[in-house]
Amino acid sequence: MLAPAGILMVTFLLIPIALTFVLAFTNARLISPEPARFVGLDNFARLFDSSTFWSSLRNTIIFAVVIVPCQSAFALLLAILVNAKMRGVNFFRTVYFLPVVTSMVVVSMLWMFMYQPNGLVNVTLAKVGIAGPDWLGDPKTALFALIVMSAWQAVGFHMVIWLSGLQTIPGDLYEAASLDGANPWQQFAHVTWPGLRQTRTFILITITIAAFSLFTQVNIMTQGGPLDSTSTVVFMAVRTGFQQQQTGYAAAISLVFFVLVLAVNLVQRFLTRDKDPRK
Amino acid sequence: MSDHLAHVADASAAPAVRQAGTHDSRTAGVLTMTLRIVLCFVFGLPLVFMIVSSFKPDTQIFADLGGPAAFLPVGDLTMANYRGVFDRVPFATFLMNSVIISVLTVVLGIIVNSMAAFALSRLHFSGQKLVLGVILATLIVPFETLALPLLWWCNQLPWIDENGLSFSGWLDTYQVQIVPFVANAFSIFLYYQYFDSIPKELDEAATVDGAGWFRIYRSVVMPLAGPATATVAILTFLPAWNSYLWPLMAVQSETLRPAMVGIDYFKQLNVSWGQIMAYASIITVPVLALFVAFQRSFINSIASSGVKG
Repeated sequence: MLAPAGILMVTFLLIPIALTFVLAFTNARLISPEPARFVGLDNFARLFDSSTFWSSLRNTIIFAVVIVPCQSAFALLLAILVNAKMRGVNFFRTVYFLPVVTSMVVVSMLWMFMYQPNGLVNVTLAKVGIAGPDWLGDPKTALFALIVMSAWQAVGFHMVIWLSGLQTIPGDLYEAASLDGANPWQQFAHVTWPGLRQTRTFILITITIAAFSLFTQVNIMTQGGPLDSTSTVVFMAVRTGFQQQQTGYAAAISLVFFVLVLAVNLVQRFLTRDKDPRK
Repeated sequence: MSDHLAHVADASAAPAVRQAGTHDSRTAGVLTMTLRIVLCFVFGLPLVFMIVSSFKPDTQIFADLGGPAAFLPVGDLTMANYRGVFDRVPFATFLMNSVIISVLTVVLGIIVNSMAAFALSRLHFSGQKLVLGVILATLIVPFETLALPLLWWCNQLPWIDENGLSFSGWLDTYQVQIVPFVANAFSIFLYYQYFDSIPKELDEAATVDGAGWFRIYRSVVMPLAGPATATVAILTFLPAWNSYLWPLMAVQSETLRPAMVGIDYFKQLNVSWGQIMAYASIITVPVLALFVAFQRSFINSIASSGVKG
């Protein structure tokens, strides 16, 4: 009974993982009459020489470094706001979650329109006397614009994860704390925050992986531009491996990306590891 | 784990904002309520804008931008954008493809992953722990790292069709959009956890009655695993319906493309924003409606994904 899933996972997960390591050292092309040839470290040499690669890597890292703390903090704020015992709280949860069920493709189209020089964002800013820039057309603002719309789309997902963490904290802990005279901030620092330790690790890791995988928004809204200011590692891999059909080179990019994700993941797990041996 | 998560969507007893009491806490209550309402606008209005604009000609959309009319169905309303969508591209085909692909991925995923989980939870064979360990380890590999090697690999795979064995590769087919996404480590894990919580005595009773493993799976365990199936269905459906990167690369024919890739192609035709909003609304509103109707299961499914770390 394990066989169907086993065969599928080996074919579409384990073999492609192994292939990444093999193809990265070849000149394989997506469609080619000639068999792939081993080329040693050529792909990597070319990659580390490419300025687009370094800007893609830099953009990916900036995107992750900004969005990971901002989005997780914002999601926690939302979770606390909708963790109240009151009528209509489900309504708020549902509305905050709506963008999550909307596909990133649709969200990208929608925000592309809102970010136009004469679009909804700038018209609204003009009402309060601010002249908005051409958000997606200016290298200085394009990545920031992507960060805002990405957080808007995904924050509801992490709100729900935080919420499930918040609800594992027993209510009597709060009662005890408030009997001891703890103010809301102290309650948060000494009851809520320590109670969310496991949830924190999970949120950190999932937002980071999602941030590193940034692709859809870039492909639809900016095509990596202007001046490579929004190109990302995955976007570059797709451009070379698919549009230019250079599978070997794209596999090298994927391999670098894979190592990066794995390294960041291990560091995060190490930093957030369970330091309490009793647990 | 599933015990406490099952109640996430219920109002909780945890840190409630104290409603009555001192003046201070009343001010705090009003402030948090205001914040909640403002955030509703932040998350809801862009979607309202999308739907409302889909009924307006472009001139009306731009004329309304400056005020609340942008979010209200007022002025010159028309169905022309919707008619335009169907006229410009084979939209019905795109939509049908999306439905076929997501439904098949969900149905096959439920069967294949629950069977695997049943084997891991109920049958005994050597290396069981190792298999489970490998499955869980693959959870941290983002699909994006594999997409390009997988694309090359799928182009090498054989397929059996009415003309016998074919070696032309899987690109530009339905199966390339379905088969690679059927087996899913997280679905197996969800089923595995759920099956473990179903008492083994039930299997034993069925064995005494002469049932084999497959009967136990089909008639005892699966009927009890409804909540796990709902979660797996939701968590498989959303990415299948919304998938973009993979069909963009693996499928070129208009007749096989799903709606998400279609909208991108539609955009390049330099059509009006009203038509883009109409296209976006048609592929979004059914999912939003499903979500609102099954809001509780959706949110619980997402919450249960929070345990995989």
